[in-house]
Amino acid sequence: MRLVNLRPDKGTAIVLALVPFVLVVAAYVLGSAERLAENPADKLLPSLATLAETTGRVAFSPDARTGDYMLLTDTLASLERLWSALAISTALALVLGLLIGLLPLMNAFLAPFVALVSMVPPLALLPILFIVMGLGEASKIALIVIGVAPFLTRDLAMRVKELPKEQLIKAQTLGASTWQIALRVVLPQILPRLLDALRLSLGPAFLFLIAAEAIASDSGLGYRIFLVRRYLAMDVILPYVAWITILSVAMDYGLAKLRDAAFPWFGGAR
Amino acid sequence: MTAISVSHVWKEYGDQIVLENVTLDFAPRSFVALVGPSGCGKTTFLRMLLSEEVPTRGQILVDGRPLPREPGADRGVVFQRYSVFPHLTVLGNVLLAAELPRAPLTGRLFGTARRQAQDEARALIAEVGLAGAEDKYPAALSGGMQQRLALAQAIMRKPKILLLDEPFGALDPGIRADIHVLMRRLWNSCEMSVVMVTHDLKEAFTLATRVIAFERRRTGDDRARFGAVVARDIEVWPRRVAGQPDIPADRDDPISSIDLVRDDPAPRPL
Repeated sequence: MRLVNLRPDKGTAIVLALVPFVLVVAAYVLGSAERLAENPADKLLPSLATLAETTGRVAFSPDARTGDYMLLTDTLASLERLWSALAISTALALVLGLLIGLLPLMNAFLAPFVALVSMVPPLALLPILFIVMGLGEASKIALIVIGVAPFLTRDLAMRVKELPKEQLIKAQTLGASTWQIALRVVLPQILPRLLDALRLSLGPAFLFLIAAEAIASDSGLGYRIFLVRRYLAMDVILPYVAWITILSVAMDYGLAKLRDAAFPWFGGAR
Repeated sequence: MTAISVSHVWKEYGDQIVLENVTLDFAPRSFVALVGPSGCGKTTFLRMLLSEEVPTRGQILVDGRPLPREPGADRGVVFQRYSVFPHLTVLGNVLLAAELPRAPLTGRLFGTARRQAQDEARALIAEVGLAGAEDKYPAALSGGMQQRLALAQAIMRKPKILLLDEPFGALDPGIRADIHVLMRRLWNSCEMSVVMVTHDLKEAFTLATRVIAFERRRTGDDRARFGAVVARDIEVWPRRVAGQPDIPADRDDPISSIDLVRDDPAPRPL
């Protein structure tokens, strides 16, 4: 058999998928054991037991001073920023992307501007945002929006332009106005594509969130990681990184499920 | 009754001439087939009738009035592909043609108006042979069924002119024969003229009242400097009239002498 024709059955596929995870964990455990054997006070690669214990402490026991559950408070603070920013970005992208993609006049008016704005490195704007909007929530949300919205807008405009021209003509021969074309032909067809674009932008969104929290904040997942970095508290940082990853994966999966449930035609039409 | 009058129409793209001085008159209720080799300008001609393209010179009149500058509900269309909306079910696609004119703001009908339109749509869906598939999305339909749906959708809007751009070109011969029968029935029962582009001569002579062949007279280096012209303009015999049954081509029984158009009277049976 040629390699290109070899397909794993279901069991093999699961085992294959698990192999890299197992390898990474094994490498970590071995490295950690070796370092701890040399120096029991080593903080760089804490043992799995230490990690579990710390995770239990930050996640499930209230803080002695404030009575808050640290991981929960940090997660809620971060998600509030992230979701507000994604909601604003989505709304902006939907309106602008649809206008730019559907109307040649708006395309001429806004497309070059949006293309240019999307090239500005958002992190370079962060000092400006802090100066103009202060150190509160607004500047952090603004950073994520500036980082994500132009990408979403351009992607959506491209998706609109990708719709077969025949569809727009057909709609006109059925008597549709521009508004009706946007509402009944274009919008329902780009919503599932918007969800996909949103999934792709989760990574950058988290990047900007953590960057903003690292620099000026008093709560949040990024704030915590950069706070405990000073004490080399790898036993806190590693669970936090894993938790952020799990959050991203869950959101990605949730959006994919939402797309399939809300737009059952999409799978077949692609 | 809709007469189309095309007078001295030229179409040029920059230096390249596509159509050269085309003058044609289509009688009301005619079924015109445009044939010719690839790149002879027959589709360009249809696009001009659709107002998707504008003639470089000359004019097109419908019932004595210049053609509107954009596609509209007076001219329905079925393309070879992408004629139906993938995000709407079979019923939704046909219903859309009723919803757009009656609900300018929402593009949707509700309550009694919706049920009435649904009944009308279901009847039409049954007439084109798609009964039972009302709740399927186009991606789940075969090519032939998608074109039936596209016809139903176009006819729901009751166009005065139906434009067909190689609508059956991608279908298997058997399926094509079935849909020809449907096409004939629709042309007989609906108050409309039909203009069809096809590269299938047999199809043209099976369906049309008149077959018009476009041809580029020049080849080689000169090619771009001369456009296609009307090379043949054939009235199909025995003459077909919308709403009247055809004479079976294989008849050999004696025929009465009612039709005096021919010198050897060969009238149609009653």
